Amino acid sequence: MKAMFRRIAAATWARSLEFVRDRSSLGWNLVFPILMVAGLAFVFSGPGQPLFKVAVIAPAEATLDASLHPFLGTPQVQFYREDDVATALPKVQRHRIDLLVDVSTQPPRYWVNEQSPKGQLLERLIAGSGGPGFTRVATTGKEIRYVDWVAPGVLGMNMMFACLFGIGYVIVRYRKNGYLKRLNATPLRAFEFLLAQLLSRLTLILIVNVLVFSACRMLLDLRMEGSYLDLLVVVTLGAFSMIAMGLVVSARLASEELAGGILNVISTPMMVVCGVFFSMDGAPRALKIAADCLPLTHLLSAARAIMLDGAGLSQLAYPIAALTAMSVVYLALGAALFKWRQD
Amino acid sequence: MTNSAAPPLLEVRDLVKHFKQVQAVNGLSFDVRPGICFGLLGPNGAGKSTTIEICEGLLAPTSGTVRYKGEPLGPKYRERVGIQFQSTALQDHLTVIENLRFFSALYPVRRPIEELIALCRLEEFLDRDSKKLSGGQRQRLLLAIALVNDPELLFLDEPTTGLDPQARRNFWDLVTDIKAAGRTIVLTTHYMEEAYLLCDEVVIVDHGRIIAQGVPSQLLAEHFNDSMLEVPAAEAHKIPATGLTGIAKGETVEIQTADVNGAVAALLAGGVSLAQLRIRPRTLEDLFIELTGRGLRE
Repeated sequence: MKAMFRRIAAATWARSLEFVRDRSSLGWNLVFPILMVAGLAFVFSGPGQPLFKVAVIAPAEATLDASLHPFLGTPQVQFYREDDVATALPKVQRHRIDLLVDVSTQPPRYWVNEQSPKGQLLERLIAGSGGPGFTRVATTGKEIRYVDWVAPGVLGMNMMFACLFGIGYVIVRYRKNGYLKRLNATPLRAFEFLLAQLLSRLTLILIVNVLVFSACRMLLDLRMEGSYLDLLVVVTLGAFSMIAMGLVVSARLASEELAGGILNVISTPMMVVCGVFFSMDGAPRALKIAADCLPLTHLLSAARAIMLDGAGLSQLAYPIAALTAMSVVYLALGAALFKWRQD
Repeated sequence: MTNSAAPPLLEVRDLVKHFKQVQAVNGLSFDVRPGICFGLLGPNGAGKSTTIEICEGLLAPTSGTVRYKGEPLGPKYRERVGIQFQSTALQDHLTVIENLRFFSALYPVRRPIEELIALCRLEEFLDRDSKKLSGGQRQRLLLAIALVNDPELLFLDEPTTGLDPQARRNFWDLVTDIKAAGRTIVLTTHYMEEAYLLCDEVVIVDHGRIIAQGVPSQLLAEHFNDSMLEVPAAEAHKIPATGLTGIAKGETVEIQTADVNGAVAALLAGGVSLAQLRIRPRTLEDLFIELTGRGLRE
């Protein structure tokens, strides 16, 4: 047992030294996400998006159009379906959507944020739309700047790249140049080697991201409503699951080009459907289901819930359970498929 | 240190290894006695790398057995043997001493690192990035890594390929020291001079089979009862037509003869200049070429 821990510790240390001494790559890991968040903050610092976004609670069989209520036929407004008030109302309060409409009740109701100019503009449109009158429910809440919302997305995306490519490329390179074959000739076992790679990568990614997060928070005055410890727990779990995903990809490949291609095929959809830059509220159901199968979705939803809404871990049981399950499955798969040498 | 009465350290019996299309090893049997340097020789593709990898416990044979100290190779075997591959990449950005410490930490029994440094003469470049080593320095580091667990049995797979003559001779000195310390070595090499110098016993393998086996000097005595005379090609026309047959080989013509005195007298009589005449005993390389043929191997 002691010998096993010594082997894991030695392999973790050796890999960490290699990473830290690769100055150019380390620098890039630190600077790139800060530049990205700052750039986005600059680009989106002007007026908000022109489109109005309205959540609608409606009977399941109904289509969201003017036949349900004339207001739903208003052009320039994006209507999308929400299942219940509890999920949708915080979005009104955080200014992520402009209005919440419930047409499943009689009379229909709407929720408006009294601090949201766009919400108040939409109220006038409702009044002028004709059709049955609405019951107005007022709510309040401070607006969340786009940068507050997008920063966790960008940091999470960057972390995803660091996890997938960081572990994937390294193991494939080790296999290609015969280093894995050499290690196989020692008492080091496959799971010890993989665990060492994972621990080394996880520790370094966490250190890098704590630095990047601190820099972003200082530079951009990012919103942080919840506990830093909770955020660390969620981020650790998210990074773990994405590194384990990288282990699966790198379990057998001996070509960096092929590994790069496969990693791109995995990371590009994650960048698009996991809600890095734009909210997936209102996206087609199939896309949401696909997003639910990817770890980044759960990492981002949990991190945003902590940072923007001050949620605690007890409120994040679903994303935490999903990330844990994914970590276990990927790790088991990665270890089962792993080969020291190319065929 | 050779002890012919001692039971073999490694016993290889009827080893067969098929890959998809290829039969790489086709029924090899040999013993490696403790304390000797055992040479596994053969042209490219003869099956020596496959054989040595099976003996190292890294590859499972299709059939046949390998026993270490009379026992089948178990999970603990890797802790006991030392292995140096022909070419091994190491982790980037690690120094020589860090590589040594890392590999050392993987084994339950460890030889003090200071001893390894002295034995493999690594003192001068301990803190150098292992990527920045010369070929000879790199092979010495890889040898030290193969010795971190103080193994009784050491596998060296073409350890001097690509080294310059000085580095190769330095490496031979190290191997001689290791042998003198009572370790057993299994060596594959392309260099017959190296095999002759270092190996107490050799097997020559071709097409997955053993075609010659024994002590190098005895093998030479068994196969050859003649010597080789080399005459410059420019003087070839002076070789008397009777009794001597010359085979052109580049810039020289080789004459095989059991009667060196008679042959030299005949050449002198023909007017060949003694100044450029070379007389040499038959070498392992001659035997190797005679047994494996001159055809190009890829």
